[in-house]
Formats: sequence, C-alpha cells, structure tokens
Amino acid sequence: MLDAILGSFARLGFRVTSRIQRLGNASRFLLATLLGSGTAWRRFSLIVRELYYSGVLSLIIILVSGLFVGMVLGLQGYDTLQRYGSSSALGVLVALSLVRELGPVVAALLFASRAGSAITAEIGLMRATEQLSAMEMMAVDPVARVVAPRFWAGVISMPLLAALFSAIGIFGGYLIGVVLIGVDEGSFWSQMQAAVDFRLDIVNGFIKSFVFGVIVSWIAVFEGFHAAPSAEGVSAATTRTVVTSALAILAADFILTAFMFTGA
Amino acid sequence: MPSEALVKISDLNFAYDSRPILTGINLEIPRGKLVAIMGTSGCGKTTLLRLIGGQLMASSGKVEVDGQNVGALGRSDLFKLRRRMGMLFQFGALFTDLSVYDNVAFPLRENTDLSEDLIHDLVLMKLHAVGLRGAHGLMPNELSGGMSRRVALARAIALDPMLMMYDEPFAGLDPISLAITGELIRKLNDALGASSIMVTHDVPESLKIVDYVYFMAAGKIVASGTPDDIRNSSDPFVRQFVWGEPDGPVPFHYPAPTYADEMLGARHA
Repeated sequence: MLDAILGSFARLGFRVTSRIQRLGNASRFLLATLLGSGTAWRRFSLIVRELYYSGVLSLIIILVSGLFVGMVLGLQGYDTLQRYGSSSALGVLVALSLVRELGPVVAALLFASRAGSAITAEIGLMRATEQLSAMEMMAVDPVARVVAPRFWAGVISMPLLAALFSAIGIFGGYLIGVVLIGVDEGSFWSQMQAAVDFRLDIVNGFIKSFVFGVIVSWIAVFEGFHAAPSAEGVSAATTRTVVTSALAILAADFILTAFMFTGA
Repeated sequence: MPSEALVKISDLNFAYDSRPILTGINLEIPRGKLVAIMGTSGCGKTTLLRLIGGQLMASSGKVEVDGQNVGALGRSDLFKLRRRMGMLFQFGALFTDLSVYDNVAFPLRENTDLSEDLIHDLVLMKLHAVGLRGAHGLMPNELSGGMSRRVALARAIALDPMLMMYDEPFAGLDPISLAITGELIRKLNDALGASSIMVTHDVPESLKIVDYVYFMAAGKIVASGTPDDIRNSSDPFVRQFVWGEPDGPVPFHYPAPTYADEMLGARHA
C-alpha cells in the first residue's frame, strides 16, 4: 500500500521534472535559434521562401474562416443588439470582437493547425531521413539554415494573417448586418470609427498576434527538431505542436488581455 | 607533421546513457586507403562513424582526424574539419525540396564564395563522375534508390574531401547498382587521393574493393586484416559472418530463459 502511494508520487514527480526539463530545453533551443538567426536575416531569401509556405499558403483558410466568423458575429450581434434598440452599434461590436480577440486568437489557432503542423512535420521528416545530420556533416548548422528561417517566417506571418482575418471578418459582418439585414451603413462605419482606438485596440491586437506568432513558431520548430526519427515520432510531434500551441495561445491570450484591457 | 594514419582511434568508449555501445576501440585508417568496418546490425558501426564526424562525443578515449582531436575541437574548428570530410548516408539523405543539381550545389553554395558559373561547372563535373549529369534537373522523388545514392555521393565529394565516410552504401541496391556503387567508391577514393571508411555488412562486394577490414561485434573490434586474410580466417566469428552461417558466436536466439522453463512456467502461472 505504502509502496503504491510512494510509487504514484514518484511518477508524478518524474512527470513534473521531465516537463520542466523539456521547457528548459525549449528555452535553450529558442536562444540558439535567436543567436543563429544572423544567416537567415543576411540571406533574406531563405525567410521569403518560408513566408510563402507558412504565410501565403495559409491565406485561404484564414480568409474563409475570417469571413464566416465575421458573418456569424453579424448575425449574433444583431440578434442581441436589436433587443435593446442598439443595432446601429453592430459595427463596433464586430470590429472590437475581431480586432481585440477573435482576429489574433482564431487566426493563431488556425495558423498552428495549418502552418505549425506543417513546419513540425517537415523538420521532423528531415530529422528522420537524416537530412539534418547530412547538413551538419557538410558543416552547415541546421538551426541557422532550417530552423531560424521558418521561425522568423512564422513570426512575421502571424500578425499579417491576423490583420487580414480581422479585416475580412469586418467585411463579413458588414455583408450580414448592412447588406442582408439592413442596418444603416453610415452608423455601422461611423460608430466603428469612433469606438475603435488605434493604440488600445489595434496596436494591442497586433502585439497579441506577434506574441502568438512567436509561441506557435517556437513550439513548431522545437517539436520538429526534437521529433523521434520515426513515423510515430513525427506524428506525435505534429500532434503535440497543435495541442500545445492551442493551449499556450489561450493561456497567453488571458494573460495579455488582463494586462492590456482591464481598467482601460 | 601529420601522422601517417589519417584517422586514429585510441581506447574509445561510448555509451548512450549508461548502456555501453562501443568498448575499447583501437583502429587506424591509413592515408589513401579504403577500409571497411563490418559487423552485425546494431553492433555500433554507424555510431563509430558519427564519433569520427564529431556528431557524437566519446565517453572516453580519443578520435584523431588529420592529427586533430575531434572531441576537443570547438564548433568552428569542427565545422572547418567537416568541410574536409564527406559522408554518404545510408539512404542518401538528399534534400527532398531541392533538385539533384541544387543538392550537389548545396555544400558549394553554403561553404564557398564561388560564382554561380563556377558552381554550375563543378556540379556537372561531380554528377558526370557518378554518371548522372543527365539527371541534374530531376527531383529526389524521381530517382531510384541507386540513383539517389549516387547523387548523394556526388554531393559528398563536392568539396573534394580528404576523408570519405560511407554508411551502408550497398543497402537495398539491385546487383547492377551495387556493382556501380562499389566501383565508384574505389575509383573516387583513388582519384581524389582521399581516405575512405566504409561501414557495411555486404561481404562479397566489400572484399572486392577494400584494402583492409575491421570486424566489430557487440561494440568491440574482434578481428581485422586484408581481404585475403579475412577470406582465409579461421576465427569463428569471421567465418560465421563471411560465410553467412545462421548460428555460431553470434547466436540465432535472443537471450531468454530456457524453453522448458518458459513454456511450463507460463502454463502453471
């Protein structure tokens, strides 16, 4: 009985310490990536190539999702606001919801699923097929040549994708609210313009999406680089990227929101 | 003054965590020679190559390449040394997002300041040497296993290395590709004036082309000699390996309790 209790404590302790150790390894890996970023910035074409794979190829899912999220906001927002006779404030509701929260958060979740998983799978397969070892043996640092360009492409793409998500979402809200339901167009845009603050809303939304970009890219390259060199290893690493990114994005969003918007 | 041996390994031990992989390895690779390291799968041959290339660090002992202690080199010195080494990985390890041409050009672009015109000529020369100049526009997924291996060989010799390392170069090749690869390894070694280490368990093809053989078993060097010495060896391990006998010093059965104990034990458990 005592042995079983002690055993379960030991297992719990091992899990906790191994998680902390993994976080430490991930932090060291991030530092190595930042220190090895010189090559990527000097040869910017390496980043541009990854911007295409991470950013441009994510455009469709971001734009389509943004449009639908904006349309849903238009429908739900109108349904609630018209009960209080405030349907003219629909533009404000749609814009603030998107710029402050839904744009950065949903775009980051989609980015983790679309681009983060692809980065992990690609680097993991490079590890499994010894391409990274081959690079090392050619005196080329894989962190500088493979990891850093993908990391920075993710960091650059994320705020741009979130901005596009918010913009197309606002257009979706306009389509439903103004074109379909008939909310006054002048009120829709003018109230939005008056209520959305550049510093408080847009800049904070940008900061959020930048932070999410760092988080997703960091997790994706770390998991890929440290994936076990087998089909199961790459599969498990890809799953971890999506799950860990989603949890980290939501937790970071709460912390950032607490700092940015409470008491404003 | 560099020693006569290009690679010298002394009293080398290596362990993953606490599991010993290599124990008390001593060997030398003379300059200009092609040396095979043979042994059963999982005996530590590839680990030995990785120790020579500085991708793993020895638990104790010393690996010297061209008079430099690989384990004591800093990162930039290690990279300088690696620019003079070439390694052919078991399945080629070609970069799947780059064409054949760009794969061979990769080490030249990354490690030199040569103009694209010069790189173009060098890449075609290297591909010509392995008989695949006409395939320079193909992608890796359009190549057969043998062709991939030859492109990877062209990439490995792109910087004219002093030391070539081959990890199972014959694995999974058809007889024609196998003979081509074997001949290329020998010819390139002599043409480049390089020294070569080949990790393999293909006995007939290796004994045709190498100058010297080391046999490894369970992380130790158990025999060595010229191909003729090996063919005529009376050492039980060498005989079992060379003649492909299913049982001998390397047992057919994985260690287990006695058959009777296990069967009866299970029935009465």
